[in-house]
Amino acid sequence: MQALKVRAVPAVEPGELKAKLSVRGLNFYYGGFQAIKNVTLDIPERKVTAFIGPSGCGKSTLLRTFNRMYALYPDQRAEGEILMDGENLVTTRQDVSLIRARIGMVFQKPTPFPMSIYDNIAFGVNLFESLSRRDMDERVEWALSRAAIWNEVKDKLSQSGQSLSGGQQQRLCIARCIAIKPEVLLLDEPCSALDPISTAKVEELINELKTDYTVVIVTHNMQQAARVSDYTAYMYLGELIEYDITDRIFIKPRKAATEDYITGRFG
Amino acid sequence: MSDTQGSRRLRSAPWADKAFEWLTRIFAFVVFSILLAILVSLVIGSQLTLEKYGFSFIWSADWDPVREKFGALVPIYGTVVTSLIAMLIGVPVSFGIAIFLTELSPSWLKRPLGTAIELLAAIPSIIYGMWGLFVFVPLFQAHLQPAIIDSLGNVPFFGALFAGPPIGIGMLTAGLILSIMVIPFITAVMRDVFEIVPPMLKESAYGLGATTWEVVWRVVLPYTKVGVIGGIMLGLGRALGETMAVTFVIGNAHRLAVSLNAPGNSIASALANEFTEAVGDVYYSALIELGLILFLITTVVLGLSKLLLLRLARHEGAQT
Amino acid sequence: MSSAVSGASAVNPGNSLYRSRKRFNAIVVVVSSAALAFGLFWLVWILGTLLYEGGTALARAALYYQMTPPPGADGGLANALAGSLAMVAAGTIFGTPIGILAGTYLAEYGRRGWLAGATRFLNDVLLSAPSIVIGLFVYSVYVAQVKHFSGWAGAMALGLIVVPVVVRTTDDMLKLVPNTLREAAMALGCPSWKMVVFVTYRAARTGILTGILLAIARVSGETAPLLFTALNNQFWSSDMNAPMSNLPVVIFQFAMSPYENWHRLAWGGAALITLAVLVLNILARALFRRTD
Repeated sequence: MQALKVRAVPAVEPGELKAKLSVRGLNFYYGGFQAIKNVTLDIPERKVTAFIGPSGCGKSTLLRTFNRMYALYPDQRAEGEILMDGENLVTTRQDVSLIRARIGMVFQKPTPFPMSIYDNIAFGVNLFESLSRRDMDERVEWALSRAAIWNEVKDKLSQSGQSLSGGQQQRLCIARCIAIKPEVLLLDEPCSALDPISTAKVEELINELKTDYTVVIVTHNMQQAARVSDYTAYMYLGELIEYDITDRIFIKPRKAATEDYITGRFG
Repeated sequence: MSDTQGSRRLRSAPWADKAFEWLTRIFAFVVFSILLAILVSLVIGSQLTLEKYGFSFIWSADWDPVREKFGALVPIYGTVVTSLIAMLIGVPVSFGIAIFLTELSPSWLKRPLGTAIELLAAIPSIIYGMWGLFVFVPLFQAHLQPAIIDSLGNVPFFGALFAGPPIGIGMLTAGLILSIMVIPFITAVMRDVFEIVPPMLKESAYGLGATTWEVVWRVVLPYTKVGVIGGIMLGLGRALGETMAVTFVIGNAHRLAVSLNAPGNSIASALANEFTEAVGDVYYSALIELGLILFLITTVVLGLSKLLLLRLARHEGAQT
Repeated sequence: MSSAVSGASAVNPGNSLYRSRKRFNAIVVVVSSAALAFGLFWLVWILGTLLYEGGTALARAALYYQMTPPPGADGGLANALAGSLAMVAAGTIFGTPIGILAGTYLAEYGRRGWLAGATRFLNDVLLSAPSIVIGLFVYSVYVAQVKHFSGWAGAMALGLIVVPVVVRTTDDMLKLVPNTLREAAMALGCPSWKMVVFVTYRAARTGILTGILLAIARVSGETAPLLFTALNNQFWSSDMNAPMSNLPVVIFQFAMSPYENWHRLAWGGAALITLAVLVLNILARALFRRTD
């Protein structure tokens, strides 16, 4: 088996850290089909947590419960608890738009809005704050810098967001999320449509972002999970099989099932 | 940095979502009701003659505004006959063009040809009518019609259909002009329907050594037959309701004649010619009842066509 | 072993079955090409006639500023042109918002319930319904009530023809917008009405515009719905509340008459309408192709 490159991190157990999102007994259904079975785990604050597993294991589904994306579709429903700062996101009466403002999401395919680069960023900010032109300029610059794309687009802010390359578009989407100052960033296979160079840039960015944001990333690329995450959860057929420090999952997993997946025996 | 965390507020009113959704729902409902509203208004408008004649309106060939005796047989006959002629000529031609467009045409020709067909479909029907009256009719009357009368008119039994003096205008002419009008529609639908066939299916047939015709007849048509019928009915629906292309050349005669060469009337052309001149409530009611009959016939035909086309779409979705 | 199973390949070019299949196919190719030639022949003839007969009338400047004349006198089509422009514009302004909003319901909110499917079905029937019946409808519910013909009635009838076209294209174009774009907006915390108006409409705007252009092209040539709504007017009229001159009905009247000068003007008008309709169609197609 090819040796996986794993970063050295202090070996703090996931349970010892302050949890930003606490999932307790979560079940999820697409109509009559149960896609997530009784999942319980804590997402530590200001760390990168990865969900891995074969296709159909429920990792994207789990990610999308965090920001209530499933509410857009009538036959999808969730049961259980997802606690953020004491509030259960599954049953809360709070306006879902406000929840989504605190939990940003970046999708598999870059999704720039059909507007200028500037407006792409300003759109989200305008939903919640009314800023002067100068303050907005500042916020746009800040968000694009934080997403490591400012230098590439600072001279073409009025051009369409769709005129950028794939990797740039994805970083634009990350900037768009950051601009509204969320607490959590959900990344759903953000690099699967990107070339290796753009992927490397995005991974570098993730590493910087975790100082300020809690990051959860879904990836089907195990090497990426090993490079980028502090904690990894392995899922299979809707169940959480193992959740631990990334080093441990990839070097010495506790369950045989995990080891089978990691070593490529299936999947 | 998360200074806005606790104090964040949505800058959109909470009821805005529901309001917008209801706005769109109301307008959808408006569109939904248009067809029903038309039906209701036509029924109300033809009350008088509906009560006076009942169903006998449909098979009475009377049309006497002076004595206020009306019957729909002549216009219905004209509508049906001209549309039938249009379909008999239009469907095979459209089929031929659609085959050419999808299977035989070199790729550089496909787009311009397709555009040409769509441009033909866009030409307003009054143009067909005018051109028909001024250009087609004189030539038809002088050369083609006598030939038809002499050849087909002498065939025993159904030669009576083609008998009569060559006056140029008449139901046959109207049917011919209508067929030219209807060809682009049916071609467009057939082409769209043929293109739904998965290329792999056709390639498997070609790969076995089948000829183009065999692929079309044995693979494409069976796969799309429901859609093809739907497309034909769409063309029929349009032909039945067509006004201007027919009014110029049908002759506006309220007489039932056996020969297609004779002048006649269609529902649409009767309405176009007489509605603004009509006096008296009974006359009006009779005309509106004609409109009601046309509306019912076309709605049924178009509804069936839509159902068939939907069935093809579902079938195609299920296959993949 | 029977000869059906053993022996060489089944395909033998000398085989008479093969030859007859090939021959039949060749016939089909010829017939199909003939059908194409048949169709193109009429197109070329009709357009050619229009150009020939109407071309000289189009070139005369008087066509555009003189009013429709009495038989035998000189004149133009100015009032008819103005009337048509006014009614097409008014009809488009009536019909477009209704069409866009209804189409939005079908594409964005129609996932549950019966209204969306039923509306789509009836809309498609309306799309191909006889336009003379639309004219009858507007006559019955409006003209007969106010007891006079008017430009507004004509505009209403045209608007009713615009609606199904715009509903259909808006529905189709909005459905083409990828769902991830919607989700991206929602994920930012965007309320759904803003998502539809500021993101989805923007993404589909070229397609929707194309639909509006096609609707305009369609109603520009419609005669039947104007026959008993706007009627016609020999003189210049800027009063939409009275019978209004319009190109298609003028052409109808003039062409069916026995007067030569009226025939000339009818050809000019026909050429004008056809030109406008073709240009609009080509514009719409070019616009649509630019989005890809």
